[in-house]
Amino acid sequence: MSTSRPELLAPPEIFYNDDEARKYTSSSRIIDIQSQLTERALELLALPDDGVPRLLLDIGCGSGLSGETITEHGHQWLGLDISQSMLDVALEREVDGDLVLGDMGQGLGLRPGVLDGAISISAVQWLCNADKSSHEPRLRLKAFFGSLYRCLGRGARAVLQVYPENIAQRELILGFAMRAGFSGGIVVDYPHSTKRRKEYLVLTCGPPSLSFITPNGKGEDGESCSDEDNSGDEENQTVCVSDRHRPRKKQKVNKRGKGRDWVLKKKEQMRRKGNTVPADTKYTARKRKDRF
Amino acid sequence: MRLLTHNMLSSNIKGVANGFPLKIEVEKVVQKEVDFNIDFLKNMFYKVEWKALAEASRTMGYAELPENADAAMLESDDFLHKFHHALLELHLEEGALVCPETGRKFPVTKGIPNMLLHEDEV
Repeated sequence: MSTSRPELLAPPEIFYNDDEARKYTSSSRIIDIQSQLTERALELLALPDDGVPRLLLDIGCGSGLSGETITEHGHQWLGLDISQSMLDVALEREVDGDLVLGDMGQGLGLRPGVLDGAISISAVQWLCNADKSSHEPRLRLKAFFGSLYRCLGRGARAVLQVYPENIAQRELILGFAMRAGFSGGIVVDYPHSTKRRKEYLVLTCGPPSLSFITPNGKGEDGESCSDEDNSGDEENQTVCVSDRHRPRKKQKVNKRGKGRDWVLKKKEQMRRKGNTVPADTKYTARKRKDRF
Repeated sequence: MRLLTHNMLSSNIKGVANGFPLKIEVEKVVQKEVDFNIDFLKNMFYKVEWKALAEASRTMGYAELPENADAAMLESDDFLHKFHHALLELHLEEGALVCPETGRKFPVTKGIPNMLLHEDEV
């Protein structure tokens, strides 16, 4: 687990040193994931589709991978990051947005009401860690969400993709967002998959309105996807403990194999995990002819 | 750093009531060409603090912007081009931003302002 969670290893400005920054930006896998996450975040941001370039804030912009996707969509952006090495890589890549070296936990030093939207890819969970003796995660979250609320225009949205470590952390982050005055909630894409599961905090500046509905996540069949549902699923599952002294019952497999129903059920499971599965046709699980 | 960003940034030090606008200390200015987009300029015009922009562009050595501006001037092509140049094409490459109340300097190196605060300023 320690390797998959960089925030447990070192503070961001130290973890993302020159080596790590270069590694990060030269991995095509990371570039791919980052641009996909940004695409989805922009989709959730739901800016009006009138071709007018907007001014967006990218919190934790790093080497500007997410910023490039924003530029492709024709918007102007302002990037904030705490790691000088990451920003140096961004300079080398000649990104179009402006870069600022800053700490989101100290509050965003921006004038009120100037931004048309904000996105953040895999950054906000860093706030939950206290890396220095002066750091108090609750105060830092409060300062961050308070200043974010102030600098967004009325009705503007912020989409923050996060990797919370556990349910408590997710509730902590969401709680401070709500206390700052945001309305909105968490959108979970592919809740059934461990790898592709992604969480987005979709926040709107201002009181909840009828026109604002938290969008549905991908790959969840339209069912609502709040935390309670997920944890409920886990609790409802009964754990089978088999007695090893008892002779095992023979598995029921008839001569004709597991059958079409079984195949369809398995395919449905894989679909929910977000895997690409061939469509169900009349050929699905059909038996081959004898002469084959 | 473009003047667009300068116009958005304010000093975030604890106890500072009005941290805007940050004064600019210029060491090196560069100009980069950016595509002209009328819609963006019109959108930004209402958000930009005009006095701060005009003053900042003068400090950067571009004195073409008028002292005051109103929405009627957005019809003029000449005005829009000047606005575009000041807002997006002038970059502060090396220098510093100075907090108007405390005089604290935020250094700008390679076009990136360092807005990190010390522990006693949070």
